Amino acid sequence: MLLSLEHLRKEYPGHKVAVNDVTLHIEAGEFVCFIGTSGSGKTTVLRMINRMLMPTSGTVLINGEDTSKLDPVKLRRKLGYVIQNIGLMPHMTIRENITLVPKLLKWSQEKRDAKAIELIKLAQLPEEFLDRYPSELSGGQQQRIGVVRAFAADQDIILMDEPFGALDPITRESLQDLVQDLQQRLGKTFIFVTHDMDEALRLATKVVIMDAGDVMQIDSPENILKHPANEFVTNLIGEERLIQARPSVTPVGQIMLKSPIYITQDQSLPTALETMHKSRVDTLLVTDANRVLRGVVDIETLNDEFNSGKTVGDIMDDKVFYVFENSVVRDTVNRILKMGYKNVPVVNKEYQLVGIVTRATLVDMVYNALWSQDEDANDQTQIGNKEANVDD
Amino acid sequence: MISFFQTNGAELLVKIWQHIYLSFVSLGLGIIVAVPVAVGLTRAKKLAGFVIGLASVLQTIPSMALLALMIPIFGIGSFPAIVALFIYSLLPILRNTYIGLNNVDPSVLDAAKGIGMSNMQSIMQVELKLAAPVIMSGIRLSATFVIAWATLASYIGAGGLGDFIFNGLNLYRSDLILGGSIPVIILALITDYILGKIEYLLTPKSIRA
Repeated sequence: MLLSLEHLRKEYPGHKVAVNDVTLHIEAGEFVCFIGTSGSGKTTVLRMINRMLMPTSGTVLINGEDTSKLDPVKLRRKLGYVIQNIGLMPHMTIRENITLVPKLLKWSQEKRDAKAIELIKLAQLPEEFLDRYPSELSGGQQQRIGVVRAFAADQDIILMDEPFGALDPITRESLQDLVQDLQQRLGKTFIFVTHDMDEALRLATKVVIMDAGDVMQIDSPENILKHPANEFVTNLIGEERLIQARPSVTPVGQIMLKSPIYITQDQSLPTALETMHKSRVDTLLVTDANRVLRGVVDIETLNDEFNSGKTVGDIMDDKVFYVFENSVVRDTVNRILKMGYKNVPVVNKEYQLVGIVTRATLVDMVYNALWSQDEDANDQTQIGNKEANVDD
Repeated sequence: MISFFQTNGAELLVKIWQHIYLSFVSLGLGIIVAVPVAVGLTRAKKLAGFVIGLASVLQTIPSMALLALMIPIFGIGSFPAIVALFIYSLLPILRNTYIGLNNVDPSVLDAAKGIGMSNMQSIMQVELKLAAPVIMSGIRLSATFVIAWATLASYIGAGGLGDFIFNGLNLYRSDLILGGSIPVIILALITDYILGKIEYLLTPKSIRA
């Protein structure tokens, strides 16, 4: 366990509790986003990790080592730190700014110069910026420098306190890209405080939702969207996001048609034709006696082989594309659409046929996702139409 | 004019030197004491009001009275004069240093601490550098005060250009009064000019106006 917070509590004089009792375990390479309203204690938790604040009680362990026993100055040099107001030294050049921690760690001049060039490339800024002063850069460029400064001494844990809160949406997005890229490329562990839910859902591998000093929910972004722990979380996420998220996290089992037309493989071809005719379909799914999916047979093959006396099992196409009922629709839809299937059988874990997704199902789903926000308006239109019909 | 220099030239040089000595020693002591005290006050803000208030009270003591008060404690001569001038030099330096340090962007301080600067590194490499223009303007103000008030030091036998002025007053000789005052003015202007240059050099390139 890279970083463990054990029962962290921060109380200010007058019994003002900023953080009540936070316990959290973070593995290397995780991207943990703390999110909550102002005063929820998220920044306080972050600042207790690098001992900018001392916890009233509880411990912070890094690689199993209790940080309260370390020299805070040395501890902070091992943790990257990015703040909302950027905090570049206005009297130092970009070069001096990004190699400040290496300088504090007494690296040689050559090593520092090499690091400066490496870092400015990471920030995706031109090398000549190294000799400029922070005031000569735009806000977004300054925060790029602020971000890479946190990597200057190969820190494994990067603490970020609402780093993009003061930036415009476009700049913010490009910096989120930068952070995501660094995270994937360098495999660092991020502790990221934000009040922007989209940012948290986008970047995090683990979201920690806080309110009034307590943790409301800790989970992956998908699970938080799928199962908000309580009303506070639901409100924080917002109705709109939950609606938008619905199709992307719904399992296939929820949207499929539950009565697929199928036939067992030992049936004769005339029986198959009759089933097709009765159900008005041109393909049949083929299963064995235990309803395990075996293949598919269509009307053309059936027509060609009709008088051969074979069984359905003999002529079926056993290369059938299927999906599991618990896989996420978001992952499935693209595959279905791209491969041009008209319909896709759905199976359970034992490969037993349980349903089918047709193009019509997908249409329903897309329709619901796009129009559910306007449902009321829609209803009214329909009423209007009905009245018109009556007039006719 | 020429005859003034012929009769008083040598003495004038001695008095100018005494004046410079009195002013600069007390100003130097003022800087050595006030700057570190102000730095300390930014770390103990509860004390700041009291200490700066105390310096303000000292400033309000009439200068003649302060000099006179020095006599029973330190006797006469240059030492009590330097002590009195030193007390006067404190307030502008103390107040400006404190204001200058307090005006450093808190997010810069947060970053300095957060990336792992020790308290001393933050003070020396960040805070004093960023506050340098404000601190220097306090020192320039003090320098002007001290040079002007050093004329009064002649009353307690410390010498300086005040000797000319008070002799002139006693003897009703305006040439002696002017001969003492004009060098004081020139000295103050030159000092302010030089300190202005130093202020420019100490101000980090990126924040020069």
